[in-house]
Amino acid sequence: MTKTLLKGGRVVDPANGRDGAFDVLIDGDRIARVGRDVPVDAGTKVIEIPSGLVICPGLIDMHVHLREPGQEHKETVATGTASAVAGGFTAVACMPNTNPVNDNAGVTEYILKKAAEANLARVYPIGAVSRGQKGEELADIAELKQAGCVAVTDDGHPIATAMLMRRALEYTTMFHLPVIEHCEEQTLKGDGVAHEGFHASALGLRGIPGEAESIMALRDISLAELTRGVVHIAHMSARQTLDAVRWGKTRGARVTCEVTPHHFVLTDEMLGAPIAYDTNVKMNPPLRETADRDAMLAGIKDGSVDVIATDHAPHHYDEKRVEFDRAPFGIVGLETCVSLCFDRLVHSGVVSLARIVELLSVNPSRILNVPGGSLAEGAPADISILAPDLRVTVSAARMKSKSRNTPFDGWQLRGGVAATFVGGRAVFVNENVSIDL
Amino acid sequence: MNKDLLGIGDLTRDEIYAILDTAEAMREIGQRAIKKVPTLRGKTIVNLFYEPSTRTRTSFEIAEKRLSADTLNIAAAQSSVLKGETLADTALTIEAMQPDMIVLRHASSGAGHLLSRICRSRIINAGDGTHEHPTQALLDAFTIREHKKRIEGLKVTIVGDLLHSRVLRSNAILLTALGAHVWICGPSTLVPAGIDRLGVRVSTIVDEAVADADVIMMLRIQQERMHGAFLPSLREYFVTFGMTAARVARAKPDVIIMHPGPMNRGVEIASEVADGPYSVILEQVANGVAVRMAVLYMLGGGQDGD
Repeated sequence: MTKTLLKGGRVVDPANGRDGAFDVLIDGDRIARVGRDVPVDAGTKVIEIPSGLVICPGLIDMHVHLREPGQEHKETVATGTASAVAGGFTAVACMPNTNPVNDNAGVTEYILKKAAEANLARVYPIGAVSRGQKGEELADIAELKQAGCVAVTDDGHPIATAMLMRRALEYTTMFHLPVIEHCEEQTLKGDGVAHEGFHASALGLRGIPGEAESIMALRDISLAELTRGVVHIAHMSARQTLDAVRWGKTRGARVTCEVTPHHFVLTDEMLGAPIAYDTNVKMNPPLRETADRDAMLAGIKDGSVDVIATDHAPHHYDEKRVEFDRAPFGIVGLETCVSLCFDRLVHSGVVSLARIVELLSVNPSRILNVPGGSLAEGAPADISILAPDLRVTVSAARMKSKSRNTPFDGWQLRGGVAATFVGGRAVFVNENVSIDL
Repeated sequence: MNKDLLGIGDLTRDEIYAILDTAEAMREIGQRAIKKVPTLRGKTIVNLFYEPSTRTRTSFEIAEKRLSADTLNIAAAQSSVLKGETLADTALTIEAMQPDMIVLRHASSGAGHLLSRICRSRIINAGDGTHEHPTQALLDAFTIREHKKRIEGLKVTIVGDLLHSRVLRSNAILLTALGAHVWICGPSTLVPAGIDRLGVRVSTIVDEAVADADVIMMLRIQQERMHGAFLPSLREYFVTFGMTAARVARAKPDVIIMHPGPMNRGVEIASEVADGPYSVILEQVANGVAVRMAVLYMLGGGQDGD
């Protein structure tokens, strides 16, 4: 087995209490040793990591849409995982709203086969809660777990009845699977397309109040208490939802939550400017108002938020080039996440880099119960090398994703990705950073 | 002037007044024996209507013909939509035939903005979803100014379905920009969130809203609003918000009553008011042609009309 030493650089590994200058020795696909002045034998390849770069456990995006099978014109497992590693992610968990829905072992196995062929980021499929994501009867969850699913969700189709959610939470306790909920009370959301507030009102866009999200979060947290099940609140956007999560945690409910970069960076002001009715600011949940955005930042800072996930939602150019109310919800996020976290959270002083590693690596690995989140000796050598001071200009045209639907095109941000290692293998190297591999 | 007229926000105060002043001259053309001037001769204007519309489409078409433009009406809802063509592709297809202006009516808010980004032609918004209907607000301002000789300082009360009205948004923006005190009034289920940030006073008490008003503008109530539980019944709406002679009596003695049409008699407005001495509803229709001529002239014939 080949050995590689990452020499120099700042190791940020909160799971092992490390933050400082360390060498990382990789032996094959595992981490062999982390320490100062690690001795090397003759056959070991030494990679000098320029000072200023950060070595951390591989980032895990626990909320992405890879679109395969069924919507390969938007994204495939291959292009989605290429996008992931370019964004510094060594693993992604993919949502089941494919066509057919990932509600059976056949689809799960198909996704895993495609991931093995692509051989880039690790892919953890998430199965459906209900058969066909129809919200009527439970999917074969034991079978999904057996096939490799790490959680269940009806993402995109919130679980409408409290009874089905109760059963899902009860049933999954047997398999230690979290139920990930896209919280949205459907009758309150109605045919809304944007956050209910001044901007939607002025533009004549139908509104979705924050309460459409928080009402269902409160229901699910209460049901998690009732059942001792594990609920994870996906892409939280409203300040009321964050309060609900805090309430649940205080009561000891088994609840965690995630926030997307766009919900801690953007607000509904984007609906009108700089590009009025830009379908790349149409997502679900919608961009909310400043008080909500600031609440998300506060939750990230005070620890109420467990995870940052992108809700990477690729859509084809043709699908987004339509009237605002006809466009599909969602934006791509894998290749902008790290830069937005550095620029808006670390350099602006909201949180430390170690906390970012918790949000993007340690906590997702813990919640999904998957390897990673740590540079412990013997752990898989899934490593992200980040460049905190790299000047990045976001270019949608140069993204590895098959889709280009981002509101961040042209943004100048400080901080980016230098290289990504999966199983000890360099699967991405940023040509703008000088690392000699 | 901007390339397009998508909303009142595209116009400065001076441009609004310039349109109103030009409309005065345009109205005179309509009173001649031969109602036609060569101003837009050789210009092609496409009226692209994705929603059924009689009054706005007819008004634009007459305005275009009086200015000698070549006009083409496309009722898109009956043609390309059924074949699955997108709005962008329909617009580009029309563009390929080199029109100078496209007048667009569409059920989606912001449809004109989409066209504006992909078309070279000037886009005039003839009503987009629940967003704006700028030429309606301009003709309303023209009508108000004709009666009151000013707009600044007037109390204008707009009553009806505020949530779904593009006429409301355009009028609120235009009239507040010109210094009117705009009150908007309707059932609390139909008040758009945060709309007071447009600089308007929001009330759900019609008697308070119309008190001492110089202008009362009614908005249409649509039958289907009962389905979203916005209203219990049209009968209850009329009792609570309908414009009756008794309510009109609370306004200034020289109040004018406006309605963009089409009216629901006995729902938002009593016939005695619609047909009464204060009503300027048919004048609005007449002024619509003059104001649209002014807009077409200033966008299409003014600067590059040679």
